[in-house]
Amino acid sequence: MKETRYIFAIKEAMEEEMDRDENVFLIGEDVGLAGGSFGASKGLYEKFGPERVVDTPISELGFTSLAAGAASCGLRPIVEIMFMDFVTCAMDSIVNQIAKMRYMFGNQYTVPVVVRMPEGGGLNAGPQHSQCLEAWFAHVPGLKVVMAATPHDVKGLLKASIRDDNPVIFIENKTLHAMKGMAADAEDDVVLPLGKADVKLQGSDVTIVTASRMVHESLKAAKILEQEGISAEVVDLMTIQPWDRQTVFESVAKTHRLVVAHEAVKQFGFGAEIAAAAAEEIMDELDAPIMRVGAPFAPASYSLEKYYVPSADNVVSAVKSTLERTL
Amino acid sequence: MSRPSKEMLTEFYTMMVRIRKVEEMLMEVFSRGEIPGFLHVSIGQEAAPTAVCAHLNANDCISTTHRGHGWAVAKGIEIRRAMAELFGKREGFCLGRSGSMHLADAGIGIMGANGIVGGGIPIAAGAAFAAQYKKTDHVAVATFGEGATGEGAFHEAMNFAAIRRLPMVFVCENNGWAEFSPKSVHMPVESVTSRALAYDIPAVSVSNKVVEIYEAAGEAVRRARKGEGPSLLEIRCDRWYGHYVGDAQKYRGKERVEEAMAKDCIADFEAELIKGKVIRRKDLDRIQAEVGAEVEDAVNFARQCTYPDVSEMLEGLYV
Ligand SMILES: Cc1ncc(C[n+]2csc(CCOP(=O)(O)OP(=O)(O)O)c2C)c(N)n1
Ligand SMILES: [Mg+2]
Repeated sequence: MKETRYIFAIKEAMEEEMDRDENVFLIGEDVGLAGGSFGASKGLYEKFGPERVVDTPISELGFTSLAAGAASCGLRPIVEIMFMDFVTCAMDSIVNQIAKMRYMFGNQYTVPVVVRMPEGGGLNAGPQHSQCLEAWFAHVPGLKVVMAATPHDVKGLLKASIRDDNPVIFIENKTLHAMKGMAADAEDDVVLPLGKADVKLQGSDVTIVTASRMVHESLKAAKILEQEGISAEVVDLMTIQPWDRQTVFESVAKTHRLVVAHEAVKQFGFGAEIAAAAAEEIMDELDAPIMRVGAPFAPASYSLEKYYVPSADNVVSAVKSTLERTL
Repeated sequence: MSRPSKEMLTEFYTMMVRIRKVEEMLMEVFSRGEIPGFLHVSIGQEAAPTAVCAHLNANDCISTTHRGHGWAVAKGIEIRRAMAELFGKREGFCLGRSGSMHLADAGIGIMGANGIVGGGIPIAAGAAFAAQYKKTDHVAVATFGEGATGEGAFHEAMNFAAIRRLPMVFVCENNGWAEFSPKSVHMPVESVTSRALAYDIPAVSVSNKVVEIYEAAGEAVRRARKGEGPSLLEIRCDRWYGHYVGDAQKYRGKERVEEAMAKDCIADFEAELIKGKVIRRKDLDRIQAEVGAEVEDAVNFARQCTYPDVSEMLEGLYV
C-alpha cells in the first residue's frame, strides 16, 4: 500500500491493466496528448502510444459505439467521457447497443466495455456539468454500475471492471479526484469484487446506505451523530447494479433503521430502489420509516450549488427523523 | 454588398473593444473569485460576432457556445444584467442559474450559450424552422467551434437545414483548438467548408478581419432572408488564452501562444482605421475610455445585485 490520490489511482489501475492485457486500450476526448481532462491518463500516451491511448474528435456517440464494436471483436476498451453530463450524447450507444448486444444476439457476443465518467457538483459548473445520472444506467438491464468512494476502492474496482466481461458504467466523482488515501501496489494486484458492498463504519442504531462522495458525507454525519450518542453504520454500496442486498439487509437486521443517501436528485434515484427492496423483503426488520437523502428536484444550480448538493447535515437530519419515528 | 460606411466601421471598432473589455474584466473578477464556475473567454475572436451580428436584428435568433460572451454582447445584450448573471445574481437574465456557460436573453433572440458541444446547432435550426413555418423573414445563426463539427448534432442540423432550405447561417469559429488538442485530432480536413460540400450548402472561409467577415456574412444572411437556404461561414481565428481561464496550456507551448497573441483583430483594425484616416487616434482613445466606463459600471451593478434565495430553487421548473 502507498499513499496516492484518487485520480492517480485511476491511472494506476488503467496502466496496470494495460500492462497485463494488450487488448485493453483507452479512448476518449483529450485522453492522449493532454493526459485526460482531469489528468486521469497522464503518462499513458507516452508509455503505450497512440494506438492504445486514442484521442477522439468530440463525438461521444461515435466513439462509444466504436468501443462496443471493438469489444465484440475481442478488444477491451476503456471509454472516458469527460463529464457524466456528456454521456447523454452517447445514450443510444450504451442503452440500445452495448447493454443489449449480448442478450439480443442470443449470447453470441460479449461486450466488455468500461465507460468511465465523473459525476457530481462542487465546481459551480451549473446544470449541464454537475449531474448524477447513475440511476438511468442502473435501470437498464445488461449494464453494471460501479461508484467508487476512495483511492483504494477506485483502483480495485476499476481493475475489476476492466476484467469483467460485462459492460460496466464506472462512475467517478469530480470532488473526489484530488482526494488522498492509500491504494494497493501494482505487485499486490488488488481486484475488488463487483456487486459487493463495504461496511465503512460499524454501528448499531441506524444503517446509512450510500455511495461515492456521499460515503464521506455519511461518515461525517456519523461523527456528528456519535456526539449525540447515536451509532450509525455506513454501508458503501460500491456497485449500484447489481447491488449487495445481503450486506444491506444484514445491516438493517442489526440496526432496524435505514437511511439511503446519494448526491443525485432524490426522486427516482437509486435510493428508491434500495428503499423499495427493503420494504418488500425485510419490512419486519424495520422499526421506522426509511428516509432518503438526495438533491432537490431541480437542475443543478449555478449560484445555489451549496444548498443544492446534499451534505452531512442532510444525512444527520434524515437519521434523526427516522429515529424519531416508529412504525 | 457595399463596403461598410465610416459610421459602421466606428461601430465595429466600438463593439470589438466592448467585447474585449468585458472579457478582460471577467478574467479579472473570475481570478479574484468573484464569479464561480468555469469561464471560457474569446479574446482574439472579437471580429466574428461583431461582423455577423451587424446583419441581425432583435427578431433573429442565435445559439452560442461555452465561448459565447462575444456573441451575446454583439447581439446587444445589456451588459449590466449579463454581468449580474455571471455573478450568479437573481437580477441576471437567467435569474443567476446560468452563469457564463448558459447566458441567454430571449428578448433579443440569444437562445443561450451551451455547455454541450454542438448542442446549440440544431436548436438554431429549430428557430430557423419556426421562422420559415411562420413565414417571417427572420433568420437564425448557429455559432460553434471547429471541434463541434465532430458531433452528430452538427451534421444532422446541416442535413436537415439543407433539405428544408432553412433560413439560417452556420458560423464556425475555427480557432485551431478544441480544449487541449489541436485541430488535427478533430478533423481530417483543413477547413470546415469541406464539410458543407457534402450537404450542398454554400460555404466560405474568411480570415479574422472584421470587414471581410462582415461582407461574407452579409451574403449568407441575405440568402437566408430571401429564402435561398442555409450557408456556412468559417472564420479562421486564434484562441489567445487557454481553454478556460486558469488553463496553464502545457499542451500548447509558449511559442504557439505568443504566435496566436501576435495576431490581434482589434489592433490590426485600429491600424487600418488610422491609416485610412477613418478615425483619429483621440477618437479611438475616447471610445476606449467610454467602453471601459460602461464595463466598470456593469461590474459595480453586478456586485450590488443579490443572490437568489434557496426558496427560489424550485421556482419555474414547470409552467
Ligand atoms: C458533448 C460535449 N462533449 C465534450 C465537452 C467538453 N468540451 C467543452 S468545450 C470543448 C472543445 C470545443 O472545441 P470547439 O468546438 O473548437 O470550441 P472552442 O472551445 O475552440 O471555442 C470540449 C471538448 C462538452 N462540453 N460537451
Ligand atoms: Mg476550437
